[in-house]
Amino acid sequence: MSKGILYDATQCIGCKQCEQACATENGLPYDDLIADQQITSAHKYTAILIKDDKFMRKLCMNCDDPACASVCPVGAMKKTALGPVTYDKGRCMGCRYCMAACPFGVPKYEWEKAVPGVRKCIMCSKRVAQGKQTACAEICPTGATKFGDREQLLEEAKKRIHDNPGKYLPHIFGETEVGGTSVMLLSSVPFNLFGFRTDLTERALPMYTYQVLSRIPDFVPLFGTMLGGIYWITHRREDVAEAEAQENEQKGGER
Amino acid sequence: MTVPRIRFTFWKAIFLFIMAAGVYCTFLRFFRGLGASTNLSDQFPWGLWIGFDVMCGVMLAAGGFTLTAAVEIFNIKRFHSIVRPTILTAFLGYLLVCAALMYDLGLPWNIWHPLVMRNPHSVMFEVAWCVMLYTTVLALEFSPIVLEHFQLKRALKIVRSVMVVFVILGVLLSTLHQSSLGTLYLIMPNKLHPFWWSPLLPVFFFVSAIAVGLAMTIFESSMSSKYFGRELELPILRDLGRVLVVVLALYGILRFEDLYHRGVLNLVLVSSYQQRFFLLEIFLSVAAPLGLLLIPKVRESAQGLYLAAVLTLLGFVTNRLNVTITGVENAGAHYTPKWTEVVITAMFVALGFAIFGLVARYLPIFPEEKVHIPALSEPEARFAEVVVPVHAGD
Repeated sequence: MSKGILYDATQCIGCKQCEQACATENGLPYDDLIADQQITSAHKYTAILIKDDKFMRKLCMNCDDPACASVCPVGAMKKTALGPVTYDKGRCMGCRYCMAACPFGVPKYEWEKAVPGVRKCIMCSKRVAQGKQTACAEICPTGATKFGDREQLLEEAKKRIHDNPGKYLPHIFGETEVGGTSVMLLSSVPFNLFGFRTDLTERALPMYTYQVLSRIPDFVPLFGTMLGGIYWITHRREDVAEAEAQENEQKGGER
Repeated sequence: MTVPRIRFTFWKAIFLFIMAAGVYCTFLRFFRGLGASTNLSDQFPWGLWIGFDVMCGVMLAAGGFTLTAAVEIFNIKRFHSIVRPTILTAFLGYLLVCAALMYDLGLPWNIWHPLVMRNPHSVMFEVAWCVMLYTTVLALEFSPIVLEHFQLKRALKIVRSVMVVFVILGVLLSTLHQSSLGTLYLIMPNKLHPFWWSPLLPVFFFVSAIAVGLAMTIFESSMSSKYFGRELELPILRDLGRVLVVVLALYGILRFEDLYHRGVLNLVLVSSYQQRFFLLEIFLSVAAPLGLLLIPKVRESAQGLYLAAVLTLLGFVTNRLNVTITGVENAGAHYTPKWTEVVITAMFVALGFAIFGLVARYLPIFPEEKVHIPALSEPEARFAEVVVPVHAGD
C-alpha cells in the first residue's frame, strides 16, 4: 500500500519542528537563520511558509507518476512502491532535466560544488521502508503533518472538509494535481497565496512525453523502410537509364 | 599589403582573445563549479549553454541531414557539389554540442551512464543515444573526405559500398533527434508559455530544422564563395531558396493553426514580455524571409538569398532561445547569462568557424574544378587566414 503525508494547515502552529527534524534526519545544517528562510533549498528540504496568521508547508510532493523520475535519462530518480521518490547520485550525470520538468520546482542543485548533486525531500524513504513514519510527521506536536496510507489519508481529508463546513477550502491539493501526489495539503486560504500553482493539469505529466516516445519503436522501421524505398526507386531510374544508354551504344556500334 | 595584414592581425587577435577568455572560463567552470561560472539557479536550471550551444548547435547542424537526404536518397544530383560542406558543418556542430554538454552537465564524467543505465521513458535518454549515434554516423559520412585526402583507396571503397546505410541511418537519427529536442519540453505544459508549449513541439522542431538546414547551406555557400574564392553556385542556391519558401510557409501555417486551435491566438495582441519576443521570432523566422523570398528579384539574387538565409537563421535561433529561456521565464524566474557563459558560447562559435576554415583549406571539401584562386588575393579573403593560424607564417 502506498504511503502518504497529509498536511493540514489549519492545525499547524508554525513551530517548525518538522524543519528541524528533517534537517537532523538528512544531516543538514539547521539554525535560527535557516529557520527564517521560507524557501526550500539544497540544504533545506522542507519549509514552513507564513502569511499573516496562516501557515503552509513546502516539501517534495512525491508524485504518484513523477515527472522527475520519468525524465531522468539514467534512472537516478525513482518512484518507490511505498511512495517516496528517491534520488541516487551515483547514477546522476547532472543534466538537471528533473529540475526543469518538476511542476512544483522541488529539486534543488548544489550549484556551489565542483561535484554537485540534486537535493530534495525523499519522504524519508529509509524510515518508511523500515515501517516508520517520516521524521516530520513523527515530531509534529499537533498532528498537522500526518503520515499513513495515502488512500486512508485522502478519505480523512475529505471527511475533514465535509465535517467542518467553511473551515477548509474544498480542495485537497495533491489529490488530482499532475495525476495525484503522495503528499496532500489542506488549507483554509487559497494555495496560490503561498506560491502554489492552482492551474496544474490533472493528467500525469509523463504521459505528455510518453505518447510521443512510445511511437518511436514503430516509427523507426517504417521511416527507415520509406527512406530505403525512396533511395531504391530514385536510383533505379538511373540504373535503367544507364543500361538503356549502354544498349543504344552497343546497337550503334553493331551498325 | 599593409591593409590586409592589419585586418588579418585584428581578426586573429579577436580569435586569440576569445580563446584565452574561454580557457579562463573553462577553469572557472571545472574548478569553481556551475554556481561560480553561470547565472543558473534552482528556478532556472537550464540557460544559455542548453538554449544556444545545444539547442541551436543541433539545429544549425541540420544542413547535413537535409542535404544528404536530398542528394543521396532523393537522388537530386545537382545539389551534389554542396553536400560535403554541410556534412562538415553537421559533424563539427555535433562535436561542439558534445563539448558544450561537458560544460553544462553537473557530473560530465558520468556522460556515458545512459549507455548502461536505461530509462526509455526519458526523452533525454533518447537525446543522449541520438547524439552518440548520429555523431558516429557523421564521422563515417565524413570519413571519405579524409580517406580521399590520404589516397586510401581500399578503405574508401569499403566505406563507399556501405555509405547508403549510413545515409539512411543519419536521416533517421536526425529526424528523431531534431524532433526530440522539442519533445523535451512537452513535459512542461504548465511551465512553458502557451506561445511555445504545444503538443506539436516535436513537429515544429523538425520542420524548422529543415528550414534551418536549407538556410544554413545558403549561408555556408555564400560565405565560402566570399572567403575561399569559391565560385557561387547561384542556380543551386536559387533552388534551395524555393524549397525554403515552401518549408517556411508550411511552418508558418502550422504555427498559426496550432495557436488558433489551442485558443491562444488572442495573446498575440496583448502586450507582454513574451509577446514581444514571440513577435520578434515570427518576424525573423517566417514573415521577413518569406516576404523577401516571395519577391522574384530577391529570390534570384545572391545577396537576397543570403539576407533571407541569415534572417531565417536568426529567427530560429530566437525560437530556440524563446522555448528554452523566454518561455520558461513565464514561470516567474528571470535569467540573464553570466559573462562566463557568454564567453564559453563565443568560444564554441569561434572554434566552429576556425575548424571549418582549417578543414576546408586542407581537405577536399569543395569540388576542385570550381575553385578560382584569384579571388583569394582580395582583401576579404584574408579572413580565411584568420582561421588558419598555421598559414600565418608564410
